[in-house]
Amino acid sequence: MDRRQFLTAAGGGAAASLISGDVAAQSNLIQTSARIIIIGAGAAGTALANRLVRRLDGAQITLIDPRRNHLYQPGLTLVAAGLKRSDYVVSDTAQWLPDGVTWLAEWVAAVDAEAKTVSTQSGETLPYDWLVVAPGLVLDHDAIDGFSLDMVGENGIGALYAGPNYAARTWAAARRFTEEGGTGLFTRPATEMKCAGAPLKHTFLIDDIARRAGNAGKMNMVYAAPQSSLFGVPIVAEKVRMLFEDRGVGTMMNRTLTAIDASTKRATFAVSGGVEVVDYDYIHVIPPQRAPEFVIQSGLAWADRWTDQGWVECDMQTLRHLRYPEVFALGDVAGVPKGKTAASVKWQVPVVEDHIVAGIEGREGTETYNGYTSCPMVTRIGRAMLVEFDYNDNLVPSFPGLIAPLEELWISWLMKEVALKATYNAMLRGRA
Amino acid sequence: MKDMTFETLIAVFEEIFGRSLFWVMVAVAVVVTLGYLFVLIRDRSISWKKFLFAQLSMPVGAVLAIWFVMVMTESRLTDLGGPVDIIVFLGIAVTGAIGMAILVYTLESLFGSKRTKQSSEN
Repeated sequence: MDRRQFLTAAGGGAAASLISGDVAAQSNLIQTSARIIIIGAGAAGTALANRLVRRLDGAQITLIDPRRNHLYQPGLTLVAAGLKRSDYVVSDTAQWLPDGVTWLAEWVAAVDAEAKTVSTQSGETLPYDWLVVAPGLVLDHDAIDGFSLDMVGENGIGALYAGPNYAARTWAAARRFTEEGGTGLFTRPATEMKCAGAPLKHTFLIDDIARRAGNAGKMNMVYAAPQSSLFGVPIVAEKVRMLFEDRGVGTMMNRTLTAIDASTKRATFAVSGGVEVVDYDYIHVIPPQRAPEFVIQSGLAWADRWTDQGWVECDMQTLRHLRYPEVFALGDVAGVPKGKTAASVKWQVPVVEDHIVAGIEGREGTETYNGYTSCPMVTRIGRAMLVEFDYNDNLVPSFPGLIAPLEELWISWLMKEVALKATYNAMLRGRA
Repeated sequence: MKDMTFETLIAVFEEIFGRSLFWVMVAVAVVVTLGYLFVLIRDRSISWKKFLFAQLSMPVGAVLAIWFVMVMTESRLTDLGGPVDIIVFLGIAVTGAIGMAILVYTLESLFGSKRTKQSSEN
């Protein structure tokens, strides 16, 4: 018995009204033979595919993504603090995809936006009427001299962004640090990055774990960043500054990690007019982040912004490509000032869905994306701040007057711990 | 939260517990509630002896509910940081207490203990 049958059997007005929405949506399916290609079957691509199949009848939807594993990336910070096992973030890509779509497990080689085709690395060329570019981003580990992923977990080196196994190995290195103490360097890159709160969360969590173990006195915690402020949103940056002061976390601003020497445990930072070498006992490396090469090579990227990073040139509100109206960008790869988080994806997907469906019907879409990004900023095990903001650095709390965005609250932790993955999964299925 | 509808909430709860477990839990809650209503209607009155025992079990239910949430979410009492946290905390406790009271009252009415059976005969 599925949910609908169960509710029908249970009866009641609420159940009836709950069902009527779905039935109405199914009876309003739009007939089309449009060919829609979605590059990427991550959070954005999967959620969009699940929503489009509920709106369109007859569309040929193809997802192109070689990755067999789907990663719940918001969970990586929890894995890297020993709070979850690495399998907490891993599932099968296939399990989230709806019936009636085609999944091509291949790397994209190029997009020809003039001819409206996508070619894969195996040489296949697919024509499209609508293209959604959502391949995620690339972690440029090679940009840090002396660093390679096989070092993670040893000699006090962590890199939680690199995936579930690396996050688990990060915890192995970080745990030793929390027991033995010393200097911990928590870095972030100069480029745009996914979830700018994650480096802060890692800092807070490792500090808290050391504190609980009674080792606070042995720790020299240092947050090192190329930017001059601790967070892109000024009011949040101020709050983090106060929390760091409270926890005794030092800062090294305007410093970009360029190299590490694992044997001597020394990190090299570029500073204005030179370099600075710092000894560490634990270092968390977050490399520069860029769009996949095909985005740049195919001429989809901005020509005058983020030129070293290659994010897709698109409208901030509609995510539609500025030169190719049948192309949209979604998720990490989108060239917009904010929005490299799963929460942003949740807000972006209905916008792109609306504009594609409207385009198929020959009208203009109306939905817009306001830059919404959310970060349940964990400040210790058991507490977090539910920080939500938009393009204008305004706080946009979902529960104003109830859950204060800049207060360390247990309820915000509960949301991260209990409800976030569930909401994420519901989003993947196109139901949230 | 975008599109915070009843259906979204159901979807989220299904994901938290898994679809089967969630609906089994809903079914159990419905069955216990229906059982409670059934005994109320059947007996045409509240048995205060049973109700006393149900009331005595309420703190147990409250503590069990709090303990369950704390353990499942790796939280400690000192994590409560603001008024909303106290409200959530009390909400969990009250839910656990009421749930336990209804469960105990219903079980006692349906299956009965020696003490309450005597009371219904009196």
